[in-house]
Amino acid sequence: MSGTAETVERYTFRERVMHWTTGFTYLYCLATGLAFYSPHLFWLAAVLGGGPTSRFWHPIVGVVFLMGTMWMQNMWHRDMFITETDRRWLDRVSNYVENRDELLPLSERFNAGQKLFYWLMFYGSLLLLLSGFFLWIPEYVPRQVAWMRGVMVLIHEAAALATIGGFIIHIYMGVFFVPGSMTAITTGYVSRAWARVHHRLWYMRATGDVPPNAEPTK
Amino acid sequence: MANGPLQIKAISGHAGPVPGRDASRDYDVCKLIDVTTCIGCKACEVACLEWNGYPFRDTVFDNTYQTMPDLAWNYYNLIRFDEHENDDGTLSWLMRKDQCMHCADPGCLRACPADSAIVQYSNGIVDFQQEYCIGCQYCVTGCPFNIPKFNKETKKVHKCTLCSDRVGAGLEPACIKACPTGCLHFGSKDDMKDLAETRAKQLREHTSHKNAGVYDPAGVGGTHVIYVLHDIDHPERYGGLPKDPRVPLLVRLWKGPLKWLGNFAMAAGIIGVATHYIRFGPKKVEEDATKGTPQ
Repeated sequence: MSGTAETVERYTFRERVMHWTTGFTYLYCLATGLAFYSPHLFWLAAVLGGGPTSRFWHPIVGVVFLMGTMWMQNMWHRDMFITETDRRWLDRVSNYVENRDELLPLSERFNAGQKLFYWLMFYGSLLLLLSGFFLWIPEYVPRQVAWMRGVMVLIHEAAALATIGGFIIHIYMGVFFVPGSMTAITTGYVSRAWARVHHRLWYMRATGDVPPNAEPTK
Repeated sequence: MANGPLQIKAISGHAGPVPGRDASRDYDVCKLIDVTTCIGCKACEVACLEWNGYPFRDTVFDNTYQTMPDLAWNYYNLIRFDEHENDDGTLSWLMRKDQCMHCADPGCLRACPADSAIVQYSNGIVDFQQEYCIGCQYCVTGCPFNIPKFNKETKKVHKCTLCSDRVGAGLEPACIKACPTGCLHFGSKDDMKDLAETRAKQLREHTSHKNAGVYDPAGVGGTHVIYVLHDIDHPERYGGLPKDPRVPLLVRLWKGPLKWLGNFAMAAGIIGVATHYIRFGPKKVEEDATKGTPQ
């Protein structure tokens, strides 16, 4: 664990590359997908090189996104298991939403909200790929099972909307709600104070430092 | 119609009203296919290829007289041949000219996400504009008649245009022009409906086809291609013509209420987080270097 007197390393270089691989591929699929989703947003396809181009690349970039997700699963899934502490955290999530963080159980490397977002995106992207496969090459799907395509569009849209819900919150929290997160995922480092406040258990484990006001885990 | 502008509006030195004024009606076109007089000659298939400038495809023999098993991206028009054994042991040889039905409520148009790729003209013709097609094939999913066909090389979908280019110039579609038996008719929907009903009545009264009728399915709002069938209760005998075609429920769902639900949810999500920010603000971290730094 590297860091300085003021900072702690939160994400390694590999983790950051992995995060932004999924981030940018998701963004591209989101923009082109929204273009196909709503006539009011079809201009997004025009901006991204035109309808046919968007239709060509959307599934391919989608597969890259899923590969990124698998890479993430390989790297992070151990940090993402929902624990008993997480359940207690979720019971009191209103304290987190309303900035009374001192009333919450201490968090590990990722708090329960982050873990939920992670699993939402993980299962969401699996559903998106499975359903998307049918939409990608319908010309090879036999006519007898062509009705499946309607179901697959429905699953694809529902899964996309679910991840969009999570994504809106993710962007909001990363960019606005939790200052320091954006620097963490771009530079890899957070301040010690940030780590203590938001992820104390991880901070203590990573640095061996026990802050004076640290409470034992309940 | 193309001859619309040539309707006389005013006449010089003419006393009294202009003859024919206000006599014209809204004109929506219709192709009538009387399968009872079709002889399966396939002249319409040839005319279709010639007019649209497509080369002949390889035919595929499947033990019938049918040119190939299904329509293709460059084969808009196909006579389907079916042998049906009647209850009395006799055999009916059924032939049906299959092509786009030009639905009044086109499922292809409903399902298509690409701006301008499918248009419906006021005369009822539903036309694909390949330059705007993105190749997603949602139209295939939306069509209850399995008509649109995908070109794998160009990634564009094609189907019968009802010769919109000919009709726009005041001509009848190429297939109509080629039909030697007169089983194909072209005119206004009202006239064709009239003609079809007369023919069906004639069949019922003067032949053994007591169940003859006109196929103009209401489930898709009526079509601009209608059939006279020997037995209106069993359209599926004619190469799988659906009995009660509708735009698939799932397509109507995801293009209708679910779309608005999703739009609402996304907008609500963005408004929600923005409201949260101005109500609670960011999570501030007290940057105190002395607290908890390593000794």
